Amino acid sequence: MSIKVRYFASLKESIGRSEDNLEFSGPATVGDVWHRANPDKTLPDNSLAAVNMDYVELNSAVKDGDEVAFFPPVTGG
Amino acid sequence: MDIKICAEPFDPWQEIQGHQHSANNMAGKFGATSIFIGTMRDFNEGDDVKGMTLEHYPGMTEKQLEKIVAEAARQWPVIDVLVVHRVGDILPNDPIVLVAVWTSHRGDAFDASRYIMEALKSRAPFWKKELLKSQAERWLEKNTDGYS
Repeated sequence: MSIKVRYFASLKESIGRSEDNLEFSGPATVGDVWHRANPDKTLPDNSLAAVNMDYVELNSAVKDGDEVAFFPPVTGG
Repeated sequence: MDIKICAEPFDPWQEIQGHQHSANNMAGKFGATSIFIGTMRDFNEGDDVKGMTLEHYPGMTEKQLEKIVAEAARQWPVIDVLVVHRVGDILPNDPIVLVAVWTSHRGDAFDASRYIMEALKSRAPFWKKELLKSQAERWLEKNTDGYS
């Protein structure tokens, strides 16, 4: 299955990319997506994750065509 | 209900007037309008700040704001809601956010606008990067709690 990964704000700057496109042959969670995309970097503890623009936990399953996003705590308003 | 993300400066008072005039089903129905405007300061955490860049996640921002407004509408009998939020490069004294809520009675207007604003602060995917007078740049780490 194909997964698009997006990064925002300080997390995007720290890893030096705004997105990745990954292929998985079997089941995967949001946490698996992070580890595949960033094998040498631990996701910062306060990071948030979203699938298809809704907040999720790292143990949520992903499916073909999902857009997964990782970003730091939000600071709007 | 209207949600706008603005890449250019906006005048919150014009937005309120324009919305109220265009929403013709409201006339005579509302008895209370609660307005919150967030404006950029020229100081933060003891430092002089000369500018700010507001990044957002297009699509998710609108989706989350729509959910927040819908949650408020389920909890309070709101007649109409307008949310406007800036993105891009912002200067001190520029409006950043407007939340306006129209209801029949004041309690619902205050409570619904407070709910929308606090939920926006913790769930809408915006991120602020400050440019200090010292030329240093820094990402804001978290929002303050509006109830403390």
